[in-house]
Amino acid sequence: MATDEVTEGASWIGRSVKRADGRDKLTGRAKYVDDYAPAGCLHGATVRSAKPHARIKRIDGRAACRVDGVEAVLTASNIPGTNRMPLIINDYPFLADGVVRFVGEAVALVVAETPEAARRAAALVRVDYEDLPGVFDARDALKPGAPRVFGEDNVFKKFRVRRGDVEKAFAEADVVVEAEFETPYQAQAYIETQGMLAEVEADGTVFVAGSMQCPFYVHDAVAAALGVGQNRVRIVQRPTGGGFGGKEDVPSIVAVHAALAAHVTGRPVKFVYTREEDFLAMSKRHPAFARVKYGARRDGTITACEVNYILDAGAYATLSPAVLFRGTVHAVGPYRIPNVAVDTFAVATNKVPPGAFRGFGQPQITFAQESLIDELAARLGIDPFELREKNALRLGDETATGQVLRESCGFGEALAVARRESGWAEKQKRGAQRRDAETQREEASVIAPSRLGVLALNPVAGAGAGAGADAGAGADAGAGADAEAGAGRRVARGIGVSANYYGVGLGAAGKYIDRAGAHVQVQKDGTVLVAVGNTEIGQGARSSLCQIAAEALGAPFEAVHLLDIDTTRVPDSGPTVASRTTLMSGNAILDAARPIRETLVKVAADVLRVAPGAVMVDAHGYRAASGGEALTFQRVASEAYGRRLPVATQGWTVAAPTSFDENGRGDAYVVYAFSVNVAEVEVDLETFETRVVEVTSVHDIGRVVNPGDAEGQVEGGVVQGMGYALCEEVVLDGAAVKNGNFTGYILPTMADSPAIRVRFVEAPYSAGPFGAKGLAETPIVGPAPAIANAIRDAVGVMARRLPITPERLAEMVWEKKREKKIGRKTEDR
Amino acid sequence: MRVACEVNGVAVVREVAPGATLLDFLRYDVGLTGSKEGCGKGECGACTVEVDGRLVTSCLMLAAQVEGRRVRTIEGLGEGHANLLHPVQAAFLECGAVQCGFCTPGFVMAAAAVVDACARHGGRAPTAREVEEGLEGNLCRCTGYQKIRVAVARGVEIAAAECSRKGRDGAARAGTPRTIRKGDAR
Ligand code: FES
Ligand code: FES
Repeated sequence: MATDEVTEGASWIGRSVKRADGRDKLTGRAKYVDDYAPAGCLHGATVRSAKPHARIKRIDGRAACRVDGVEAVLTASNIPGTNRMPLIINDYPFLADGVVRFVGEAVALVVAETPEAARRAAALVRVDYEDLPGVFDARDALKPGAPRVFGEDNVFKKFRVRRGDVEKAFAEADVVVEAEFETPYQAQAYIETQGMLAEVEADGTVFVAGSMQCPFYVHDAVAAALGVGQNRVRIVQRPTGGGFGGKEDVPSIVAVHAALAAHVTGRPVKFVYTREEDFLAMSKRHPAFARVKYGARRDGTITACEVNYILDAGAYATLSPAVLFRGTVHAVGPYRIPNVAVDTFAVATNKVPPGAFRGFGQPQITFAQESLIDELAARLGIDPFELREKNALRLGDETATGQVLRESCGFGEALAVARRESGWAEKQKRGAQRRDAETQREEASVIAPSRLGVLALNPVAGAGAGAGADAGAGADAGAGADAEAGAGRRVARGIGVSANYYGVGLGAAGKYIDRAGAHVQVQKDGTVLVAVGNTEIGQGARSSLCQIAAEALGAPFEAVHLLDIDTTRVPDSGPTVASRTTLMSGNAILDAARPIRETLVKVAADVLRVAPGAVMVDAHGYRAASGGEALTFQRVASEAYGRRLPVATQGWTVAAPTSFDENGRGDAYVVYAFSVNVAEVEVDLETFETRVVEVTSVHDIGRVVNPGDAEGQVEGGVVQGMGYALCEEVVLDGAAVKNGNFTGYILPTMADSPAIRVRFVEAPYSAGPFGAKGLAETPIVGPAPAIANAIRDAVGVMARRLPITPERLAEMVWEKKREKKIGRKTEDR
Repeated sequence: MRVACEVNGVAVVREVAPGATLLDFLRYDVGLTGSKEGCGKGECGACTVEVDGRLVTSCLMLAAQVEGRRVRTIEGLGEGHANLLHPVQAAFLECGAVQCGFCTPGFVMAAAAVVDACARHGGRAPTAREVEEGLEGNLCRCTGYQKIRVAVARGVEIAAAECSRKGRDGAARAGTPRTIRKGDAR
């Protein structure tokens, strides 16, 4: 910005201003979609497939139509436009036409005067099916002859990354470690379920408002499904009760259903999902399988990494190609590795299609890869922190895709801060001392084979002694029991670390939609209106974007109002995902504010009787650099209007170039955020329950616009990551979601949440607004592997499957003891 | 059927369907949409309100059950307090304990019960355990609970300050005619 040099003194950037929407949300005044009830509003319910894969022979809505209050029953044949969700591969029908491919797929809609009547009638819609063979495991779906869900081979998308010569590197490596890992469906579990309200306005414009992250996806979908021009469709985002990716693509389906029903009936129609329905049919984190292999020299230099990564993508492609891309680029971890071979696949099965969930394909592979790094550290006898520090990407290094990190790499500092703040050194030392004591005790216990028999069967007696055993695994020995922990409970304490990076924005997979607009309008009274295309979904976009606007204009923060996101206000600004909002909408605001600020500086210079170059702008207003009273923003704005100068503009920004070729070479993302998480756990040696005691979470996200909100983002991400590690799993009973409610699907509560120490490292990004990068997602990526590594430290076993439930952990510990016993017996002979 | 009760100090009479829940009654019949439905099964706490001073999950209670009783919702919580914010609302705002806000009304109702209980005991700080027990029926997916925890403690401080201020000029008491006695949460 031309006048940047003179911005100094009080600044809105880096301040924890209070949320502008906080008061409304605290007093019950904020209106979410279900809080609107226009006169004559009908309510919708969705008839869903009971079959995982079947041909639809007939849909009979006659009985449903007879229910009191029912206005219409709609099927695919009522869709006037295109019955496919426009996204990456346009394969997902808004309403099944001919074939259903998962249990829960929308088959028909019922609209009625009340939600109860609609639901009652929906249950009466009769659908006759002819079963088709289904496939429910992504690995099976890849086999020749598997039932076909998509294309010739059930592969929605595959990627590869090749760098150096892995075969040679593994042959020459001193140590090679390899393991397979598995992760489950995780539900976004936003507390507000999906909901949309549609009406057709007097001029024929289709107006849809509701809970969503990406109004422009909804805009594309509604226009396509109804076959009307995009200028006749208006989408408005209502306050949205959480998204986490779950309101990225699938709200388009809900919106089309509501819009179709409004179009047919001529009345407003609202769809609000029940929790069970939301679990059954909406997107989730992809279940995944990963095989990872690292090779290293004895000194700890990692020389090679090979990854095979499969996402179970369910029945339709949704965002899977993009999710897979992110997983692919980050698959080997944030390390300098000269030889890399990565192969990844998004595979179709007859299950509910996963889509976007915070982290977007990274948490699965990072859990695998970061767990294996600890295995490597154990095998090398190197401290896990040190191994990471030794191989960490630094400025000037190349990532796996050959992207040179030219700027904004605070990884080294983040590692140092995490090590210091978590108290790693002394906690490790304490653990090591305990381990020595345990080993001695264990040596003693090995002598009595009769007792070993007990150990194998009785976890209470066994776990303490059993805690240290991977052959030759110095650092892996396990911390053993800690008698200090309260009231007779025997617990093992452990500490673990993980590191990750996160490509900010859409990267090469989404480069054609990585742009954003903003409209900034200064009013006569010095208040400011800002419109952008990225949404507030709880993350705090509203505050940070207003701070950026205030800073750019020299306006008071309180004077800036961000309008509800409305597709008629700014051009398609892409989705609100990939931690891109601060960066993209922030830059669009800067672009819009630039000419306004220049105008205001000239006006102020004139009033102050100084040259424009001698005007200083800060949070207090405009004044002469030489000193004297500041002109308030309000005064300058009204002067500008008095002079009939334009102080409203449209801004636009596009992301820096990115690339990715068929061998995975290229600048995959514009810039990376870096994170280090340290977790401390207590494992109860009787119940094998894991309690996370403390998490230290350190992030380089560039300049932090609003530290308070940023901290809140990290804390939320850490607890979601903890849930992923320990308790969250959507379980399918064959093909249908079995635990689709908050009794069956366990979310962490306040009582489970650990103490969280959040720290930021600010390595500014030159192309970000005031040096900012992006934050929303990276906090969820690292906690699960850090917790898994802490559990490994505590009880000496490496989890290969999430979540690490007490049952699974107990089984692993017993299994390990059995192996050890057999090993010792063999030695004895 | 007809239900007559008091909601936030105002007498309310409405015709409702026999099976209607208290939550639906409040949201759709009385028009107070502040209380939210996150699950409809008593699992998330987003619908928490007070009936005769005790916290209830209104999605599990029938509207008919509040006949003749006093209901207080998020919309009525701030009444009689500085800036029309209950100390716990002021604390949530100050501490950044709100993100998407959908769990917030329920959390605030539950947190207010903890804070008010502390205020009754001379404004002592709640123990971590008391806070956890008071709020463990409420789910939040955004905040990770840290700032909520801090906000409850801060709410107790604000309440204590408010109390001593009111003690000083007794006239302020006139602003808080309600004598709602809160139960020990659910
Ligand atoms: S809506 Fe009542 S507890 Fe969830
Ligand atoms: S603030 Fe979003 S669920 Fe709690």
